[in-house]
Amino acid sequence: MSKPLPETASQTAGPYLHIGCMPNAAGIAGVFPQDLGAQMLTDAIPGPRIEISGKIFDGAGAPLRDAMIELWQADASGRYGSPGFTGWARKATDVETGIWRLKTIRPGTVRIGQDTVMAPHITLWIVARGINTGLHTRMYFPEDARVHTSDPALAQVSPADRVRTLIAWADGLGSYHFDIHLQGPDETVFFDV
Amino acid sequence: MTGSPGPLLPRDWTRQPPALTPDYRSTRLRAPQHARITLPSTPSEESGPVFGHDLLGPLDSDLTRNFAAAGQRAVGPQIIVHGQLRDQNGRGLPGALIEVWQANAGGRYRHRAEGYLAPLDPNFGGCGRVITDAHGRYRLRTVQPAPYPWPNDENAWRPAHIHFSVFGTSFAQRLITQMYFEGDPLIQRCPIVAAIPDPTAIAGLIAPLDMEASLPGDALAYRFDIVLRGRRASYFENRPEGM
Repeated sequence: MSKPLPETASQTAGPYLHIGCMPNAAGIAGVFPQDLGAQMLTDAIPGPRIEISGKIFDGAGAPLRDAMIELWQADASGRYGSPGFTGWARKATDVETGIWRLKTIRPGTVRIGQDTVMAPHITLWIVARGINTGLHTRMYFPEDARVHTSDPALAQVSPADRVRTLIAWADGLGSYHFDIHLQGPDETVFFDV
Repeated sequence: MTGSPGPLLPRDWTRQPPALTPDYRSTRLRAPQHARITLPSTPSEESGPVFGHDLLGPLDSDLTRNFAAAGQRAVGPQIIVHGQLRDQNGRGLPGALIEVWQANAGGRYRHRAEGYLAPLDPNFGGCGRVITDAHGRYRLRTVQPAPYPWPNDENAWRPAHIHFSVFGTSFAQRLITQMYFEGDPLIQRCPIVAAIPDPTAIAGLIAPLDMEASLPGDALAYRFDIVLRGRRASYFENRPEGM
């Protein structure tokens, strides 16, 4: 049996990623009818409506205003890729404020095999100028603290107090805020998945 | 998306650029300082979005015409860029979305943050996309982008390149990279390229001229093959394509 082929090397998405990934938002109209992943939520999708917002901070504490986040999540029953719900979105950080914002549904717990469940979470992938290889992380919900203790991904986080970097802040009204820190004392946990 | 097709092969970080590569200045404040935490893949990473061929318009893969006025075409050397998308198991990946973006033939991006004064081409937007065929093959038509200066140091120039964004079937296979052109002397001077520690991995990003695929009297061709991460289970169950 031959060895597996080597994976193609990553390169930064650079500062102009909007041209290829969200041309309409970048002012390049008429090539594609709409930007992929611009909207995840439609009326027909069952589940609790939520809104998530956040910023991505660099090591000097400045928000990235040229980054892109892709988000991938299960539906309200914990299934991926169920009919009618793409589960996938991409958002640019705002060129002025650095804020990204997503309307979606709260994902359900995800079952792995018979015995293991993962706490509700959204998987995120971050690319930008200065990021050589896309960064994988997860956002969890603060109300699920009881399930977090048995979540297999959070169990890998060491030291365990870094788990806090993966928990969003809730306003109690269905809005969540999730800041990502690329460096510093609050550096977000990134995964090699 | 069809269920969870099994765990992914672990990523070989000796062939990927580390987060911090100080010669590429933008990494200094943006590179995480902790090591990534290894997480055996779960359904959250083994699944991923899929896109159907019905997504595409007839000119999506032709950057010379998809932004151009009727009957017009982008200015610059006309080229075909084509290749095969495979996973590490060697199988062609059908139905995979590839998005590309690039500067025009003068080295100018159509972007608000662009600072280079080379002229915009009114007939060139700089974006395109394609979905791989049953064998994982893809084909784009575009103009050859030019090198351009960038503010990394007082006289930094990017080699000519095309940005590629590639979707497999797993979120953990997501890849963004850049394709370079055979023979460009700027490749070996570029700190973004040099972020990749393995010369053979760099070589994999340099597309050779492909006269076989060129269109006589019309367009030269470059071949760029791409490999996404493979899966453990299928590696042992399936032979690579063509073997």
